[in-house]
Amino acid sequence: MRFFEFEARKIVELAGIPVTKYGFCTTPEEARAVAAEIGGPVVIKSQVLTGGRMKAGGVKFADTPEEAAEHAAAILQLEINGHMPRGVLVDPKAEVKQEYYAGVVWDGTAKRPLMLFSDMGGIDIEEVARTHPDHVGRGHVSNLFPIPDFEAKQAIAATGVSGSQLNRATPILARLARLFRENDMTLAEINPLAELTDGSFVALDAHMEMENEAVGRQKRLLRGELGIAEDDDREPYEHSKFEEAVAAIDAADHRGVIQGKDHGFTGNLGLVIGAGGGSLTLTDAVRNQGGKPANYSEIGGNPSVAKACGLAKEVLEKDGVEKIAVMMSIVSNTRVDIVARGVIKACLELGKDPGETIAIFRIPGAWEDEGEKILAKYGVEYCDRSVSMWEAAGRAVAKIQGAPA
Amino acid sequence: MADQLNKVFIEVEVDAQVANDPAIAAKLEEVCPVDIFKNAGGQVEIVDANVDECVLCKLCLEAAPAGAVHVRKLYDGTEL
Repeated sequence: MRFFEFEARKIVELAGIPVTKYGFCTTPEEARAVAAEIGGPVVIKSQVLTGGRMKAGGVKFADTPEEAAEHAAAILQLEINGHMPRGVLVDPKAEVKQEYYAGVVWDGTAKRPLMLFSDMGGIDIEEVARTHPDHVGRGHVSNLFPIPDFEAKQAIAATGVSGSQLNRATPILARLARLFRENDMTLAEINPLAELTDGSFVALDAHMEMENEAVGRQKRLLRGELGIAEDDDREPYEHSKFEEAVAAIDAADHRGVIQGKDHGFTGNLGLVIGAGGGSLTLTDAVRNQGGKPANYSEIGGNPSVAKACGLAKEVLEKDGVEKIAVMMSIVSNTRVDIVARGVIKACLELGKDPGETIAIFRIPGAWEDEGEKILAKYGVEYCDRSVSMWEAAGRAVAKIQGAPA
Repeated sequence: MADQLNKVFIEVEVDAQVANDPAIAAKLEEVCPVDIFKNAGGQVEIVDANVDECVLCKLCLEAAPAGAVHVRKLYDGTEL
């Protein structure tokens, strides 16, 4: 889940990291009032969940409250990359001595959060890491034990920062790492972290992303502190009818889990896929072998026949879908026979021949013998674990392209 | 959306001599994890929409007198 800058700023503030006196506004009048309260030059920033704000004219500077109101009025009407702003952030134009970068990301290889610090802030950290690797300090922190300040200090000191700058930046990076872990973030970034001319450090911009699966247990932060509505899922695009229908089927039945996405998918091969990372692997396997997926999906957690049927029907009813590929990694609690019943039923209910419609059924695991019997009756090819996911995807692509499987 | 088909894969039957037994009706409703049986005022009622959800657990066979409940797998012609 992504956060707007004004929300990220609040999260940072709640963690005890100094920020400038900012204000989130939804009207030019509010922007005028905030600018007047701040006093002096301010910067007005569009609150959109997309990049390229500066280039698009979504960031403007103002010397007076009147000018701030004028800019806010313009920015509030400005669409950036298809996004209308949620509001504007009014921020004092800070007297910056130096810009730094402080961030925490999830290191999927080490399975631990990774702190990053650079004395070259204000630009992409990836760019700094590529061009000036000696200016990026790193340090992993524990998933379990308290995060001590000295670990943050080591990461910062690795960039050559010392003295009072080191002492002031250390608690900021340590607090950022703690908020990352406590709030189930996948990314917590302050860029730039500014050293002002008076020597103090403040977060001038922040970027936060939370693990989607953690949204349920972070209600105190999301609903309480930030006031984010339950149905505000922050998807960068409007859900399609397919996505809404799949979500409704999932919500109506507690058994198992299904998800369906089709934003950007225009192919002819419907995918009913899942299991332990299987969806991403299989989508890639289809694409890399020349196939054109009509959707992305996830099915698992031992769904009911009705739920598997519902997903398969929605996929089959999408425009342009000629066949579906039913493929998963190896399942343990999801039953092969139940999914088989579901997808066959979907075909039958839509008046389609399962043998012709299901390009491949490759789900090895629990109750596979029973599943194979069901599929055999309807003339559907069953593949067990002796057929790799790559090979299964290739066979599905070959079938839909008319080549001999 | 096309009509829902029921009893495509599974067929369930309860013998007439136990279908009217309130104790059996209550027991079958209680044990079935996918709600195939409904206790309709002391009579066993089969919920057609749920029959294909049968997970072949055999709990219904154990809850009723031997041979009183029949669960048939229509895809291979066998009975539990």
